[in-house]
Amino acid sequence: MDIFLVEAIVNGLLLGGVLALLALGLNLIFGVIDVVWIAYAELVMCGMYAIYWLHTYYGVPLPAAAVIAVLFVALLGVLVHKLIIAPILGSAPINQLLATGGLLFFLQSFATLLFGADFRNVGLRLPIIEVGEIFVSFARLLAFGVALVGMVGLWLFLKRTYIGIAIRAIAQDREVMILMGVDPQRVYLVTSAIGGGLAGLAAALLVLQYDVHPSIGLSFGPITFMICVLGGLGSMIGGFVAAFIMSQIIAIGGFYTSIELSYVLAFLLFIVMIFVRPQGIFGGRS
Amino acid sequence: MKAGWPLLGAALLLPPFLPISDYTLHIIILVLLWAFVYTSWTIMGRFGLVSLGHGAFLGLGTYVTALLWNHYGLTPWAGIPLGVVVAVAVALVIGYPCSRLKVVGHYFALVTLALTEVVRLSIVAWRDVTGGSLGMTPNAVPPESIVALQFTKFTWYWVALGVWALGLVVWHRVDRSMTRSAMDAIADDETAAAAVGINVTLQKLLVTTVSAALTAFGGALIGQYQMYINPDTMAGVGVSLQIVFAAISGGMYVILGPTVGAILTIVLQEFLRVLFGTRCIGAAATIYGIMLIVFIIFMPAGICGVIVARMRKRRAVAAAAPAAG
Repeated sequence: MDIFLVEAIVNGLLLGGVLALLALGLNLIFGVIDVVWIAYAELVMCGMYAIYWLHTYYGVPLPAAAVIAVLFVALLGVLVHKLIIAPILGSAPINQLLATGGLLFFLQSFATLLFGADFRNVGLRLPIIEVGEIFVSFARLLAFGVALVGMVGLWLFLKRTYIGIAIRAIAQDREVMILMGVDPQRVYLVTSAIGGGLAGLAAALLVLQYDVHPSIGLSFGPITFMICVLGGLGSMIGGFVAAFIMSQIIAIGGFYTSIELSYVLAFLLFIVMIFVRPQGIFGGRS
Repeated sequence: MKAGWPLLGAALLLPPFLPISDYTLHIIILVLLWAFVYTSWTIMGRFGLVSLGHGAFLGLGTYVTALLWNHYGLTPWAGIPLGVVVAVAVALVIGYPCSRLKVVGHYFALVTLALTEVVRLSIVAWRDVTGGSLGMTPNAVPPESIVALQFTKFTWYWVALGVWALGLVVWHRVDRSMTRSAMDAIADDETAAAAVGINVTLQKLLVTTVSAALTAFGGALIGQYQMYINPDTMAGVGVSLQIVFAAISGGMYVILGPTVGAILTIVLQEFLRVLFGTRCIGAAATIYGIMLIVFIIFMPAGICGVIVARMRKRRAVAAAAPAAG
């Protein structure tokens, strides 16, 4: 097989890890609160800028900056829920989607206002590892590994802790859980914080590989929604698999054609899948 | 109140003759053209078919027209109808399965979102022909060319006013039609609507087609007027959201709502741009973003929706008062 194709596949695999992490966070919010945060990828952008800013202007070491970014974006997640979602939780779902669309505009232009439209990076050059004849960037490998650890951590949290179980239960039946004495507002806040935290973690991983700029959210946002729906709502495994399917389409498609056409292919697949299997790859019939 | 309408109509004929700057006239033309596009969106948006994909129709209309003109010298008089046909075809290909398979709400929004990105990325990918992200300029001829559909601002004002009025007429016709009642019923409860004999698919496709066709037409005209088109500003998520927000902030259940939305967004944008200058790129959009959030949370019916509700209330109070006394 063509060595460059193998390299593309490996890179696709590594990108899939980060996309899976993002889709997981979005899936959690979508499944539990039943809200689409259209501005989810913009929260990732906020995390990336936070790391860039702390590291470049205040000399905060990257690992510490990453931890701060995770906490910062988790806080943003809570604020999004408190300020934007909670007041309109009872209105048509599409209004919630549009309100976070307003947030998308706001964050994008606020970032432009603060940092300008330039591409910025943290200036860290991680080594390239050579495995056989394939070159793999260490940053991507690290991102993949941390994303996996993050996902396992979330899985344990949802399986083993009281609030984790409450979160999963609310996703299954909103009304009954209130009767069981679970406070949905508290569950929503925790879910929003986790969703934000995952976006922060993804930001820490992406900032090692990509330059940050105000519209970077648009390059990750749409594909994350597609993965989330493709995997099936509430299905963590489905989202995980879908992330790798999408990232392989983008990687292999990009290898044979161009990066834009590979995204076109991924979006077309998404549209077809919605028609053929609206419940997602692993979703059960609702 | 009734006597006010002819006066208002007459006032609309004035701007080109007033001693206003070219820039002001330019803003008025832009407002009219975009108001037409926003009005077109509400034709389906008001029935809960919230499309985040109108950038696709806008982009198809404008690019088909401009590409045929630049590469084959085909006059926009033929190019625009072809662009509209392409947009309608795409709307049907997406709209038919959506309504048959009951893809609604979030899912409908995401499918249309994917569609608009497909169109944008295809335009970017086909850069040899379309100019890619750099955009393209329709080949210019000396203005006031009817064949090339290239005019001076004076003439463009009349064109823009005409299509804007056309949009209002179509909106009004749909508002008074059986389709409107059917669509209201569908938006309320699709299964119940089907049970009483409403052809859900046909009605949905009807409003979708009209909305897509008008949007493509508007897009083509905006391209002709600006003489520059770009995949990011004429297709894609950005412009799709712009359309949705302008329509909502103005009020999508009132005939002049989208127009008010166009005035609000374009004038605000220009005002803030002049106010802040280039020092603070993004300041205008930042304020705009906050406004959108506030609007959707506190005024989901939009400015016109609130005004109309107030007027109805006042009338009801006025009508009730003598009876009570």
